[in-house]
Amino acid sequence: MSLTQTRALEVVLYEGGETTPLTPDERRTLFRDVLNQGFGVRRTTDPGDVPVDERTHAVVVGRFNGRQPESLGLPGPGGNIQFIDLSGEGEGLGADSPIAAAVGRIREDRQLFDHKVWKPWFPVIDYDRCTNCMQCLSFCLFGVYGVSHEQQIQVQNHDNCKTNCPACSRVCPEAAIMFPKYKAGPINGDMVSDSDLQREKMKVDISSLLGGDVYELLRNRSERAKSRFSKERDSDKALNERQKCLVKLQKDADIPPEVLMSLPSPDEIQRRAAEASAKAEAALEANRNKRDASGAEQGG
Amino acid sequence: MGEKCRILYCNCAHARVVPDEVKNAVLDKLCETDADISWQAVSDLCEMVARRDPALKNLRADDGNLKIAACFPRAVKWLFASSGVPLDPERTQICNMREQSAGEIMQALLSDDITPNVPEGTGKAPAEVVAESEGNA
Repeated sequence: MSLTQTRALEVVLYEGGETTPLTPDERRTLFRDVLNQGFGVRRTTDPGDVPVDERTHAVVVGRFNGRQPESLGLPGPGGNIQFIDLSGEGEGLGADSPIAAAVGRIREDRQLFDHKVWKPWFPVIDYDRCTNCMQCLSFCLFGVYGVSHEQQIQVQNHDNCKTNCPACSRVCPEAAIMFPKYKAGPINGDMVSDSDLQREKMKVDISSLLGGDVYELLRNRSERAKSRFSKERDSDKALNERQKCLVKLQKDADIPPEVLMSLPSPDEIQRRAAEASAKAEAALEANRNKRDASGAEQGG
Repeated sequence: MGEKCRILYCNCAHARVVPDEVKNAVLDKLCETDADISWQAVSDLCEMVARRDPALKNLRADDGNLKIAACFPRAVKWLFASSGVPLDPERTQICNMREQSAGEIMQALLSDDITPNVPEGTGKAPAEVVAESEGNA
């Protein structure tokens, strides 16, 4: 199941009308428990805040003191909405609470996204800075980027991105690519200073830093490692060699070692790099044509 | 608070880039608040964006001010924009739990005033990018 085919679940703590509010400790337990399960929770006194869209399941909780939801101005139960009245004696909160049980049941029944299986690591484009140069598209081997019908760069496959790898942001000449969970600025979303921009521009041509095309370098080094491997018949030595050769690339682009070590075969790298470059070139060509046509119209 | 204001808190569940002591203190203080305010905690804003979670539309206040406790304003701005729900720059204040103290953040969140700080610029992803994202959902 793809990320975007999944449904959302939201817990709503309703404390409006004639309900009895939870204590701060109870709220804390409720919020922590729900957040730890990977879902959102909302505290509201407004009945209009209960989500009713078809892709969101809502579990509405509160001390309703035995009242029916409708009498509190809330939408009725059924469909995607479930109510849990915490008024009863012993209706505690926490891991064994009816809320946790309800959330677990809905997650299982409706095949909701398991939040623990994927760390949300993906590029976020600052379109105020992006010049649509397609360097990111040319660089990424994993199909994270694509172009729209209007030949505009976009992030198309978030979950193809390699966790903790910010390499594409390093090739962006405008520092327009952010990874919000990255450790340092401006990649983490911190404002871009002039000095950052100069530094990023120096990194634009990663290939020149490394003395040639980056994938060519990878291919050559992998080939050398493979050659050595075939001669020496020693997988450990070959692996060590490959690791050693890639240290510079890893350091310059801050690529996690596991990403480099999981790169496909040299042939596959070549194929993917060619495919990405072709896509980028086609988009750039289309944009050039569009600009030319627009210029001709204005000129005519 | 004078005008209706909503608060959004991101628990940044999948990374340790937001100091635990700050995000835990902000959450604890929000839980102690009995004021007649609506506030919402999400497990991870990035994850919601990647999933194109329909709840993102509900997070943005269409009819009032919005205060967000998350990370860098530029990142938050473009996370929302890339989901087709650009933040209103005049009615949104973003507190950065990566850099500000819990005290500063709570003061801002519970203040009657709002200090809009969404970085300048269009704040909108190109229309077609958003339309295609929504179409893929």
